Amino acid sequence: MTPLSALLVRDMRIAIRVGGGALIGVLFFVVVVTLTPFAIGPDLALLKRIGPAILWLAALLASLLALDRLFASDHEDGSLDLILTGRAPLELVIAAKGLAHWLTTAVPLIVAAPLIGLLLNIEPPAQAGLVLTLLVGTPALTFIGIVGAAIAVTLRRGGLLLAIIVLPLTVPVLIFGVAAANAAVAGPAPFGTPFTVLCALTLASLVIGPFAAAAALRLDIE
Amino acid sequence: MRISELANPSRFVRAANLVMPWLSGAAAIVFAFALYRAMLAPDDYQQGATVKIMFLHVPSAWLGMLCWALMTVAALGTLVWCHPLADVTAKAAAPLGAAFTLLCLVTGSLWGRPEWGTYWVWDARLTSELILFLLYLGVIALWRTVEDPSRAARAVAILTLVGAIDLPIIKFSVDWWNTLHQGASVFRLGGSTIDPTILIPLLLMAAAFTLLFVTLLLAAMRNEILRRRVRTLRLLQASAAG
Repeated sequence: MTPLSALLVRDMRIAIRVGGGALIGVLFFVVVVTLTPFAIGPDLALLKRIGPAILWLAALLASLLALDRLFASDHEDGSLDLILTGRAPLELVIAAKGLAHWLTTAVPLIVAAPLIGLLLNIEPPAQAGLVLTLLVGTPALTFIGIVGAAIAVTLRRGGLLLAIIVLPLTVPVLIFGVAAANAAVAGPAPFGTPFTVLCALTLASLVIGPFAAAAALRLDIE
Repeated sequence: MRISELANPSRFVRAANLVMPWLSGAAAIVFAFALYRAMLAPDDYQQGATVKIMFLHVPSAWLGMLCWALMTVAALGTLVWCHPLADVTAKAAAPLGAAFTLLCLVTGSLWGRPEWGTYWVWDARLTSELILFLLYLGVIALWRTVEDPSRAARAVAILTLVGAIDLPIIKFSVDWWNTLHQGASVFRLGGSTIDPTILIPLLLMAAAFTLLFVTLLLAAMRNEILRRRVRTLRLLQASAAG
């Protein structure tokens, strides 16, 4: 097993086992979406219109939940120092950790999204497009967030700061994710344009995220 | 004296003390002249006298953006060259950028009330300015979370650079988001179609704002250098006592 795949398996094991945050994210997602009708009323037409936005906003907030522990727990038990002194390139290590984080927090959420979408009056045919936008867009959220996690790794109350510095940076992902999801659910605007831009945002953050996070970690741990 | 010698903080403080009265005097004079010219500028045929808010609004918007550009250069100075004044510049600039952006938002809001009938619309420009303001607050929050100044400087430098990459994307996506909903915005000046009677006072105000910004930046940098000295002395005192 190469170091990177070993790290991937290790991170996923930690997330899934007792004390890991994998299921907390999807539970949070379900609870937030369930609470929204209580705040805005049970009007099914209205829920259908803003449903994609609610799902995306809940996914954005849920993606922040476990993020502050991504490097902080490794820093506390010393494994981050081992990773930093190891031979595997730090950028790839961070990409592997990001992938593990996405697989354990975002994928359960994407799987739950169609079921939750039913509660918001989103019909099954439209849900394919909605799920596709979440599938393509959530890696961007993870890899933008990973930079914040690397910056906040040694901070006390890093989790609070993380949300403040990461959320404004995710505005483009939110805009194009919701636009594509709305196009899939309600039409008549084209689905392709926002969806392609969303893909581009994800690809760009897959490149920028690991490099910026690696720079932050190297500077932080000296 | 060469410019590079100013990298020494003590020399910088001395030079800043020397330049400060002249700079603040120049800022006051240019401000007085620019405000006088702005007063003489004709009222808009539709908006009346409220158009004069523009003379505060537009320069503060420019400086709000210029300040992030300055912080980006300072971030490169911190990460690439470890320049001793780069992180001082970045730290001094962040609250100034936030203040100018807030001034832009507040004046824009006060201008919007009589003209658009509302304090706030989710217009593309307003929205990206608001996000810029939130980013400034995030940077300030990060400065205030890490105790060791040099470690804080490196964390902030990364965040500033990521923000510098993301800001054009945010601007582009907010423009796209808005035009999808309500078509091209009409609330903008027609580029070079501004009459010289308004353009000249506007440029004078921009010069005055820039002078004010440089003065405040130098003062804040000097204060930050002194604050760090006080911190170091206190740490030395504490370790000597312990």
